[in-house]
Amino acid sequence: MKKHGPIILLFILLIFPLVVQNSYYQHLVIMVLMWVIIGSGWNLLAGYTGQVSFGEAVFFGIGAYTSGLLFKHFAISPWWGVLLAGPIAVLLTLPFGWISFRLRGAYFALVTLALGEVFRLVAIVWESLTGGMVGILVDTTFVSKVPYYYIFLFIALLRIASTTAVINSKWGYYFLSIREDQDAAESLGINTVKYKMVSLNLSAFLTGIAGALYINYMGFIDPEVVFSLHDISIMAILVGIVGGVGTIYGPVVGAFIMVAVHEFFRTGFFGLFKGIASLTGSDFMTTVAKYVSEAHVLGFGVLVIFVIMFLPNGVVGDWKKITAKLLPKRDKGGIS
Amino acid sequence: MEVFLQTLVAGILKGGLYSLIGIGMTLIMGVMGIINLAHGQLMMVAMYITFALSSFFGIDPYISLLVSMPSLFILGMAIQKYIMNPLMEVDSILPENQVLMTVGIGMVLTEIARFIFSSNYKSVQTSYSNATFFLGAISFSVALVIAFFIAIGFTVLMFWFLLKTDIGRSIRATAQDRDAALLMGVNSKKITIITFGIGSSLVAAAGTLLIPIYYLFPDIGGPFTRKAFVITILGGLGSTVGAIFGGITLGLAESFGATYIGMAYDDMIGLIIFILVLLFIPGGFKRFTKI
Amino acid sequence: MIFEVKNIVKYFGGLAAVNNVSFKVNEGEIFGLIGPNGSGKTTIFNLISHFHSVTSGNIYFNDMDITTLKTHKINHLGIGRTFQIVKPLGRLTVLDNVIAAAFSKAQNKSDARKIALETLEFCRLDHRKDILAKSLSIGERKRLEITRSLATKPTLLLLDETAAGLNPTEVDEAIDLIKKINDKGITIIIVEHIMKVIMTISHRIHAINFGQTIAEGTPQEVANNPAVIEAYLGEQYAHS
Repeated sequence: MKKHGPIILLFILLIFPLVVQNSYYQHLVIMVLMWVIIGSGWNLLAGYTGQVSFGEAVFFGIGAYTSGLLFKHFAISPWWGVLLAGPIAVLLTLPFGWISFRLRGAYFALVTLALGEVFRLVAIVWESLTGGMVGILVDTTFVSKVPYYYIFLFIALLRIASTTAVINSKWGYYFLSIREDQDAAESLGINTVKYKMVSLNLSAFLTGIAGALYINYMGFIDPEVVFSLHDISIMAILVGIVGGVGTIYGPVVGAFIMVAVHEFFRTGFFGLFKGIASLTGSDFMTTVAKYVSEAHVLGFGVLVIFVIMFLPNGVVGDWKKITAKLLPKRDKGGIS
Repeated sequence: MEVFLQTLVAGILKGGLYSLIGIGMTLIMGVMGIINLAHGQLMMVAMYITFALSSFFGIDPYISLLVSMPSLFILGMAIQKYIMNPLMEVDSILPENQVLMTVGIGMVLTEIARFIFSSNYKSVQTSYSNATFFLGAISFSVALVIAFFIAIGFTVLMFWFLLKTDIGRSIRATAQDRDAALLMGVNSKKITIITFGIGSSLVAAAGTLLIPIYYLFPDIGGPFTRKAFVITILGGLGSTVGAIFGGITLGLAESFGATYIGMAYDDMIGLIIFILVLLFIPGGFKRFTKI
Repeated sequence: MIFEVKNIVKYFGGLAAVNNVSFKVNEGEIFGLIGPNGSGKTTIFNLISHFHSVTSGNIYFNDMDITTLKTHKINHLGIGRTFQIVKPLGRLTVLDNVIAAAFSKAQNKSDARKIALETLEFCRLDHRKDILAKSLSIGERKRLEITRSLATKPTLLLLDETAAGLNPTEVDEAIDLIKKINDKGITIIIVEHIMKVIMTISHRIHAINFGQTIAEGTPQEVANNPAVIEAYLGEQYAHS
C-alpha cells in the first residue's frame, strides 16, 4: 500500500473529473490541489528548512496581482500572468529574504507576518494601481471546471515531484541541516543565507503561479482575499502542521483535511443541522444550523490546538501513533 | 503649530494605552520566550466583557475593570497552565509550535466572540464618550485622558510589583535569564502561569479603557496583536521600560501618520517602523537574532 | 606554518574576552590551547571560524588572511571545527549528518555517501549510522562532531573539549582517534580541560588566562611554568 499509494492516488486524481461531473465536487478538489501547492511551499521553507513563515500570502498575492494587473492595465490575457507569476514571485524573494533571514525563530515569523500585512495594506491603499478594495475582475476563459482542474493538478504534481527531488539532493540535506542547527550547518561549510534563499525561491515560485491560476479560475481578486493573513498565510501553516511538517505527503493530507473541515462546517455538517431543523421545525435548530455554517474558523482553531498538542508531527508524521491508538490489538510485531 | 501639538497630545495619550498592551506582551515574551499572537484577542475578550456589563447591567466601563481584569487574569493563567505548559513537554520539529498554538487560541477566542456577539460593530456610549476639554487651543478627549492616567497608574503599580515583591522579582529574574532563575530555585511553571495571567490582565485593562472611545468587533484582536509585537520589538524584548518607550513611539507615529500622511496608513505605519528598525538598527537588535 | 593568529582582540560590551593573543601552528602539529574556565579558549575558536568578528587583529591560514571570511567559506578552505556543546542534527540519522557535511567537498550524492561511510568507519561510528543523532550517547555525540567535521576534508581541525564528559575508556578512545587523525596529516588545534589528554597528545601548548597569553612551549615547559601553575592548577585546587 505504501509503495502503491501515490500511484493509486494519482490515478484517482487523473480520472476524477471524468467520473464525478458535479462541478461542486470538482471545485472542492481544485481547492485541495491549490492548497497542496501552497501548503507544500510553506512546508519546504518551514518544515524542511526550519523557517516558519507567516508570509506565504505575499507570493500567492503577488502572483494573483501579476495576472490581474496585466489584464487591468494592459488588457493582456491573464494567462500571461501565469507564466510571469513564478519569476516575479522569485524576484520578490530577494528583498523579502534579505529582510527576514537576518532573524531567527519566532522573530523570523514576526517579520514575515509584518511583511505580509504590509503587502495587503499597500494593495488596499494604492488604489490607482490595484483598484484597492474594489479588487480586480478578469474574464474567465472556460465555463467548465475541468480545464482548471487539470492545470491545478499539473502544478500540484510538479510541486510534489520537485519537492521530492530537491529533498533527496544536496539541497535537501542542506535545508535539513539548517533546520536542525544553523550554527552547525555553517561550520560544515553550508552557506545558510544562500540556501535559506534557495528554499524560499522554490517555495515562492509555484505559490506565485498558484496565485495567478487562482485569479484565472475565480475571475476575481481583492487584497483581503489574496494577501489575507488568515485565509492564506495561516491557512498554509495549518495545511502544513495538520498534515505533517517535514513530510512530502503531509501537505497533501493537510490540504484535504482543511478543505473538508471547511466544507463540513460551511454545509452545516453536510446539511445535518438544516435537515434536523426542517424535520422538527425547530427555530432553535435553524439558528444552530446558521451558526455552524459560519464556524469553520472555530473548527480550524480547535483543530490546530488539538494537532499541536497531540499530533505535533501532523497526521502523516504521527500516523503510527494514530493507528496504534485506533487499532491497539492488531499491533503484532509490526514495530518498525 | 496647533495641529502639530494636537497630534502630539493625541499620540502620547494613545501611547499610554499602547504601553499597557506592550508591557503585558513583553512580560510574556521575556518570561516564556514566546511571542503571544493571541494578545490582541485577549484584549478583545476583555472588551466584550466590558461591553456586556455595560449593555446588560449598565455598569460603567471604568468600574468593569474590576471584572475584566480578574477574568482575564484567570483566563491567561488557564491558558498557560492547561495549554502552554503541557506543550513544553511535546517534542516537535518546529520549536515555534508555541507561537503557532497562540495563533490557534486567538482564532478560537475570536470565533467564540463572534458566536455570542455576532460580527456587528458594537460600541458603548457613556456620558463622557464624546466629552472634551480645552487647554489653550488643544482639545483633550476626557475619556482618553482618564484612560491615560489609569494606564499610568497601572504601569507604576506594575513596576512596584516587579521591583518590590518576591513574585515580581522572580518574574524579572526569569525574564532576564531563564536557566539561571531555574538554578536559583525559581518555580518556573508557577512563574509562567502568573506572568501569563498578569500580561492578560494588563491588556484587559487597556481594552476596557478603550471601550468608551472605540468600537468593537470580533476581529479587532488581530490589529492589536500586531501593535503589541511592534511595541515590544521597538522597546526591546522583555524590557518593561522599553515597552513604555515602544508604546509612546507607536502612538506618536500613528498619530502623526494619520495627520500628515492619511488615516488609511494608520496600521501600515507601525509595521513599516517595525521593519525599518530591523533593517537599519540591526546592531541594537542583535540579541533578537537568537531566542 | 599552516596557521597563524596575530594580535587578536575581542571585546564583548566593555570586557575583553580575548586580549592580544598571537600564536603560530606548524603543519602536522597537534597544538594545545589551555586555560581555566572562561579564559577565552572557545572564544578564540569562535573568532577563527568567524561565529564572532574580531575587534582587531588578523587570522591567517596558508598565508591567506581569513579574518573577515564567512564561516562556511572558512570551512571550504579546509578548517573544520567541533563544538564544546555538541550540535547534532538531531532528527537526522548519524549517516545523514555526515552526508550533509560531506557535500562540502563531494561532487554528487553517491560521492558524499561514500565519503560519509568511510569517515564513519574511520571514526568507528559506522555501527550507529542508522539511528537518529539525538539518540546517541554523549560520547557518541562528541565522536559524531569529529566525524562530521572530518567529512568536510579539513587540513586543519579545531577540537573543542572533545573529551569533556566522557568516561575513562572513552577518553582513551578519543586520544587514539585524535592521534589517528593527526597521523593522516591533519593539523589539529585542541582546546581541552582534561590535562591527561592535552599533555599526552599535544606537541606544543599555548596557555591563556583572562584572554591573555601566559605561556607557550612543549607540554613539559608549560606544565612547569609558574604562571600556568598559578592560573590553571590553582583553579583546579580551588575546585577540588
